[in-house]
Amino acid sequence: MAEDLNWAIGGEAGDGIDSTGKIFAQALSRAGRHVFTSKDFASRIRGGYTAYKIRTSVDDVRSVVDRLDILVALTQRTIDENVDELHEGSAIIYDGERSWEAEIPEGVAAVDVPLKSLAEEAGGAIMRNVVALGAACAITDFDVAYLDESLEKRFGGKGSKIVGNNREAARLGQEYVEENYELDLGYELETTDSDYVLLNGDEAIGMGALAAGCRYYAGYPITPATNVMEYLTGRIERYGGHVVQAEDELSAINMALGAARAGARAMTATSGPGIDLMAETFGLVATSETPLVIVDVMRSGPSTGMPTKQEQGDLNMTLYGGHGEIPRFVIAPTTIAECFWKTVEAFNYAEKYQTPVYLVADLALAVTERTFPPEAFDMDAVEIDRGRLIDESEVGEWLDEKGRFRAHADTDDGVSPRAIPGTTDAAHMSTGLEHDELGRRTEQEEIRVQQVDKRYRKVETAREREEWACREFGDPDAETLVISWGSNEGAIREAMELLAADGIDVRFLSVPYVFPRPDLTADVEAAEDVIVVECNATGQFADLIEHDTLTRVKRVTKYTGVRFKANELAEEIAAAIATEVTA
Amino acid sequence: MSSQVRFTDFKSDKQPTWCPGCGDFGTMNGMMKALAETGNDPDNTFIVAGIGCSGKIGTYMHSYALHGVHGRALPVGTGVKMARPDLEVMVAGGDGDGYSIGAGHFVHAVRRNVDMSYIVMDNRIYGLTKGQASPTSREDFETSTTPEGPKQPPVNPLALALAAGASFIAQSFSSDALRHQEIVQAAIEHDGFGFVNVYSPCVTFNDVDTYDYFRDSLVDLKEAGHDPNDHEAAKDVILDADKEYQGVIYRDENSVPYGAQHGLESDMSEIPDGAPEDATDLVREFY
Ligand SMILES: Cc1ncc(C[n+]2csc(CCOP(=O)(O)OP(=O)(O)O)c2C)c(N)n1
Ligand code: SF4
Ligand SMILES: [Mg+2]
Repeated sequence: MAEDLNWAIGGEAGDGIDSTGKIFAQALSRAGRHVFTSKDFASRIRGGYTAYKIRTSVDDVRSVVDRLDILVALTQRTIDENVDELHEGSAIIYDGERSWEAEIPEGVAAVDVPLKSLAEEAGGAIMRNVVALGAACAITDFDVAYLDESLEKRFGGKGSKIVGNNREAARLGQEYVEENYELDLGYELETTDSDYVLLNGDEAIGMGALAAGCRYYAGYPITPATNVMEYLTGRIERYGGHVVQAEDELSAINMALGAARAGARAMTATSGPGIDLMAETFGLVATSETPLVIVDVMRSGPSTGMPTKQEQGDLNMTLYGGHGEIPRFVIAPTTIAECFWKTVEAFNYAEKYQTPVYLVADLALAVTERTFPPEAFDMDAVEIDRGRLIDESEVGEWLDEKGRFRAHADTDDGVSPRAIPGTTDAAHMSTGLEHDELGRRTEQEEIRVQQVDKRYRKVETAREREEWACREFGDPDAETLVISWGSNEGAIREAMELLAADGIDVRFLSVPYVFPRPDLTADVEAAEDVIVVECNATGQFADLIEHDTLTRVKRVTKYTGVRFKANELAEEIAAAIATEVTA
Repeated sequence: MSSQVRFTDFKSDKQPTWCPGCGDFGTMNGMMKALAETGNDPDNTFIVAGIGCSGKIGTYMHSYALHGVHGRALPVGTGVKMARPDLEVMVAGGDGDGYSIGAGHFVHAVRRNVDMSYIVMDNRIYGLTKGQASPTSREDFETSTTPEGPKQPPVNPLALALAAGASFIAQSFSSDALRHQEIVQAAIEHDGFGFVNVYSPCVTFNDVDTYDYFRDSLVDLKEAGHDPNDHEAAKDVILDADKEYQGVIYRDENSVPYGAQHGLESDMSEIPDGAPEDATDLVREFY
């Protein structure tokens, strides 16, 4: 892999850290470089440390590492928070004219730039972060003209004067460093002709929903799922759809359910606390056989937990949550691009099997921006399958002897005909009560059993008809098998490169399907060591693998609230190989 | 459906299991007649029912319908109507469903002013769970869970609606069949959220708010010459704690429903076979 550069800007929440970081990330992407961003943030609006970190390379970058090369520090706390990641040869850009005395660690180049004064010279103190971007360009020998386009994107709405001032601010920062410092840190940023798009997981989910024909979104704001709603707002209308901010998650899922019963492709997105609230209606969605996509962008729990921190703790909730026995699908995209594709799949499964589908992402996917070639989102490859949605001409086949529509007909594959309101002669009621084929309440034993079996038969049908494949990486014959689900894929792939350099070959199965899921028995049996990696305390996915394969596995878990980093993961995998499996 | 819709077309072939004499029979009859009278037919009507004796209405009527979970009928109706402006949407449930477990939704449904009707069968009791206090039960109403009465004032649903900015507030009595039907019809015809609190007596568990009580105490607003367009007069009626009223209490003639406010016209069930034609623009935004 080519040299990567790790850059960050940090300060107080409310300092414009995110938007500044995004401007630099976009500029790097425009220069044909790959970018992977991450955020450290506190949930308060003001008065908390926050940082936006960028890892960039001309090669693909898939995770974060714990090394920081250039840090723009607006506060001393920013330096303190990152002191372990700074190294000999790092540089800190800071404003020595500000009231705080920067304590620069040994061996780190201090680049004191009068950010505020130069910003004022360009037209206003508010642009000090942009001055810092210019300074960063100087250190990395990166043409500040690449910032121009992203500044236009960010400030274009405020008029050409503001854009011009910002461009000037960036140039002043660059010139100041060039004139006052002679740094040779070796951070020259190469550029390429490649075109990339830069987006985060929430945006990819939102775009996937639009591509898949989602026309109705109801939601209640919650970190880290709010961006899905914000992305759809203003875009879904172009396609005749609508976003509604509900009064709570109980309402959100019921609104989405209503829209789905009316025939629309509908979705709601939330995080753990919202999933808890939706649990009762989730059972209704399944029992009434309504196609619905429910997105859980996981964050650290339980309860309010650590709202801005990473965790994959909701696996069991999405897999088992709700009283009674509820057939469902649980899909967990493993990369940002997969957030798009799995959303499209989720809508198709929901309609083909008339069942709720949980799309389980997590904070690490949601707030991370990553570059992809635009072909990664090939709209021509999007397929829409609405399943057994029938029109007027087909209603006749599904009427009983009294001419009543059999909305829950017990079919060979478990899938009943679906007629949406307005379809002549197919009016029917659906209910959360156990019901007969017509949708009418019953407590008759045979019918109860028939309907439960029919609903579960859909899952069996899906198991047979669809491909529930893993994404496979590494040496297929390696003795060590690493299994993971969700967002850890990128860090594991990079860890594999580090391990390979140490002579440790690994086979890696990245599993995007939690239920139904691929049967890994043969793979597990063929391996010497099986290590399941996930971001939770108990190893919920490892439990499933053990359950499926009747084999004990080794567990690498992390529940600090911070995602896995490639280098720490490489060490942990190596350590796991060296230990005995515990029964 | 034939063009000649009769109200019995809205009846399912399932026999109601309500107690003989239950007010819900009359409430439902009026709803079916009002739906037929306003030119709807079962294939273009969507009924959302809550949970309770009242919620069984979804089973006894014939139309597209969803019988949901306790207290969440209004959000379901909201989603149906937003996705399909062409449908007639009617939401029905009990006083517990609407003013207790679903009270939060009630306030926001009123504010949102989606063009649908909401019929609450208010029997001032929890019927289905066999006789506990409801949010509209009287302060001294003795039940199995409130042996000395709830000792808290009942919710005034009409005042709640008024405070939330309702565009249509009405109250009817299930046994005054003609008037009840007329009022539900007005709620259907209203451009916006047509809210009707229906006194629908529970003959089994409420021996206080009985047919006789309502018959004796109800003031008919139409006969009294009440002007529903007069917000002040509506306020006086709603806050009058000494009397019971039936009639359309308030109607905002200038009501602009949610759908019109937000330009919702499309039938959201119709989508292309693949990604929308210009979907690549969505990708380009991320350059
Ligand atoms: C979440 C939940 N809690 C409690 C119940 C039990 N329950 C069913 S109906 C009902 C109250 C019904 O009262 P109301 O809405 O006034 O309807 P009525 O039976 O009087 O028509 C309750 C508490 C339930 N079904 N779901
Ligand atoms: S219990 Fe009351 S509300 Fe329920 S059916 Fe009987 S009379 Fe009607
Ligand atoms: Mg009641």
